[in-house]
Amino acid sequence: MHFLTSNSPFIAPQNSIQKMMLWLLIALTPGIFTMIWQFGYGVLFNIIICVSSAIAAEALMLYLRGRPIVPFISDLSAVVTALLLALALPTIAPWWIPFIGAFIAIVIAKHLYGGLGYNPFNPAMVAFAVLMISFPKSMTVWILPNALLPNGLSFSDIFAIVLNTQPNNDLVDAITAATPLDEMKTQLGLNQTTEEIKSASIFSSLAGQGWQWVSIAYLLGGTLLLFKKIISWHIPVGLLSGLFVISALFYLFEPGITPSPIFHLLGGGAILGAFFIATDPVTAATTLKGRFIYGVLIGVLTYIIRTWGGFPEGIAFAVILINMAVPLIDHYTQTRVYGHK
Amino acid sequence: MKLWRFNGGLPSLAEHKNESVNLPIEHAPVPAKLVYPLRQHIGNAATSLVCVGDKVLRGQKIAAARGLISAPIHAGSSGVVTDISDHLIPHPSGFSAPCISIETDGLDDEIAPVPHSSFQQLSIPELITIIRDAGIVGLGGAAFPTAIKLDNQSKTRNIETLILNGAECEPYISCDDRLLKERADRVVEGIEILLHLLGAKRAILAIEDNVPDTFKSIQSAIAVNNNHAISAAQIPTIYPTGGEKQLIKTLTGKEVPSGGIPADIGIVSINVGTVHAIQQAVIEGRALTSRIITVTGEGVNTPRNLEVRIGTPISTLVDVCNGYTKLAERLIMGGPMMGFALLNDEIPVVKASNCILVASKHEAITDKKAMPCIRCGLCASACPTNLLPQQLYWFSRSEQLTKAEDINLFDCIECGCCDVVCPSHIPLTQHFRYAKSALKVQNHEKHLSDIARDRFEARDARLARDQAERAERLRKKKAVLKEKPAKEELDAAINRSKAKKQIASESKG
Repeated sequence: MHFLTSNSPFIAPQNSIQKMMLWLLIALTPGIFTMIWQFGYGVLFNIIICVSSAIAAEALMLYLRGRPIVPFISDLSAVVTALLLALALPTIAPWWIPFIGAFIAIVIAKHLYGGLGYNPFNPAMVAFAVLMISFPKSMTVWILPNALLPNGLSFSDIFAIVLNTQPNNDLVDAITAATPLDEMKTQLGLNQTTEEIKSASIFSSLAGQGWQWVSIAYLLGGTLLLFKKIISWHIPVGLLSGLFVISALFYLFEPGITPSPIFHLLGGGAILGAFFIATDPVTAATTLKGRFIYGVLIGVLTYIIRTWGGFPEGIAFAVILINMAVPLIDHYTQTRVYGHK
Repeated sequence: MKLWRFNGGLPSLAEHKNESVNLPIEHAPVPAKLVYPLRQHIGNAATSLVCVGDKVLRGQKIAAARGLISAPIHAGSSGVVTDISDHLIPHPSGFSAPCISIETDGLDDEIAPVPHSSFQQLSIPELITIIRDAGIVGLGGAAFPTAIKLDNQSKTRNIETLILNGAECEPYISCDDRLLKERADRVVEGIEILLHLLGAKRAILAIEDNVPDTFKSIQSAIAVNNNHAISAAQIPTIYPTGGEKQLIKTLTGKEVPSGGIPADIGIVSINVGTVHAIQQAVIEGRALTSRIITVTGEGVNTPRNLEVRIGTPISTLVDVCNGYTKLAERLIMGGPMMGFALLNDEIPVVKASNCILVASKHEAITDKKAMPCIRCGLCASACPTNLLPQQLYWFSRSEQLTKAEDINLFDCIECGCCDVVCPSHIPLTQHFRYAKSALKVQNHEKHLSDIARDRFEARDARLARDQAERAERLRKKKAVLKEKPAKEELDAAINRSKAKKQIASESKG
């Protein structure tokens, strides 16, 4: 009797990219629901536009590059990129913001660098950075949390704002504000103390109204990823402890005019960044030691950008900048192989 | 007993031991034909001692070891040598190689064994000779001639610890486990022989903690024997804990230096099946002609643990297990992690064969659709030698082989853990096998070209030296000539001859 031959091991793989991406999507859901609960349905528009544009862009690029479309689309990596971008965008951004963002992420940041596995920079963060620099007005206006909008905002209101059919500036002005990080930075620049600043309604006991709960929901999702071993602890712990330690140092040094470490951790995108963005394996360091260092560097750089840089939020720029350091980090953090000194 | 942990491994690998672990060892019948590849061990192929038509007995040496690293081969039953030519061998390449074929006569006559009631009476060289002449090689799968391992090391280095490897970490395989359950006393006696031979202080027999009843049977055998130097250890069931380097780390916390051997750190590690063969050779005086093999998988009707004559074609073993099922898709020798797939079942089992896995479609995958590497690092977390498979893959794939060598490609034990955890389904192990063999070729070619260059340079230097010497000689001659002007010399010579002639004419006249 004759048999087929091939090479060992013959045991089927235990894991797949699709499975990992699916867990990422699952882990993002608490954050998405909290977003809806705290900031209304706007985020759903972002998600729908981002994800569908990203899938279209992915299919187009795969077609143009002559790559098999079905296996690469079904790996869900484009969906995850799109979702991360969607969650980072203001929830009442006009429709073309997520649309352009998704194309920048998939076409430029991913496929022009070689597609899945080859891109040196985090695609979602590249898109975010491009949007932030190109359209600062649309990118810095955030809707007020539901707690501060007594009448709420109907689905059709948001629809109109997103599609820009009724450019009712009064309405938009009435329902939007700067983000807590933005407000903090602006007011600190006007020589206010943190106590004075935090008395404003967009702030809350821990960080910002609404924001703190979204961050905590991401923390839950991130814990799920750790528990399911989709990510290792090194990057999130490195990033958050880097951010915490440096902000705590400055907080102890100048408590009145420096936001607290808790505010830094929960007030912006630090938790989302630590568990979902910086952990993108393609663009992160690969050795465990290297990942910790990578995380710490992003955390510290985020603080530097938030405090002394030109933008209120620094996660995206910090991730992109430290992405560049990855080959160097990997080179200097090689493991000690069995039997070597 | 304190245990250590090696990096990674696969704690969650499905063990598939239940199919065969509770089945007692049965004797497989002697087949009509036995086939013996002349190379079934690491080192030189053995040299045939028989001719076509020769009658042989069980235990008769039919091929002799050639050189130091080699092992003799003995007939598994009585019969007639029918053929000495190329036959398919169990090897991943699917190649044929020289084999001795014996048609058995059904009598199973045996050459008279030379038993020794007590091994203590034998000197160490005598013991080594017995082990070498019995054709014993590592039965755990590596098939390294055991005598060399025991001989060299006991002479040149001080061995403190003897490790008996009963950690059968590959899924499906249960031959060592059955051996320890049923013949623990023989194994323990074999350990005593080795302790005596090596002068080691202690012996540790390691088995995985998924077979507690085997542990009990070993402990009672050790208790009966009452040798305090021998102990048994239960170690966590984590593939590949039965790998020599991983087992040494687990039991002693020490690491075999890269490129070195366990003896460098005072350890000798031997598979329990090999120990059993040593006991049989020394005490019973029988050469290695049979071994225990697990025949299992969804592709056979009745999985079994069989005591098999080495040289038996696989088809005979499958017949003993009531034939193939409809699910039979792949024929694998060894386990599903490190074994290799065979082309057909006419191939014989050899000394190193511990398992025949007739796998169904879902037990052994045929083809993996690889996606790009996403650098997730799961491979590095699973690597039991703490390599960075992802970076090795990068360098092997882009043919930057020396870079792969720099990050320790040759420390890869090809266990397959990285393959199993890779979410992109990249055949990493196969890439590393390729890179290793390409590097070996490259290094060999470099060695040859180095020799050629050295030779060329030596010749150039020699020619230059010769020329310089010739020039020097010429120069000296010229210098001498210059010191005495030629004209004077010539005149002097003419004068001398004139004077001679004058004297001659004067004497005539």
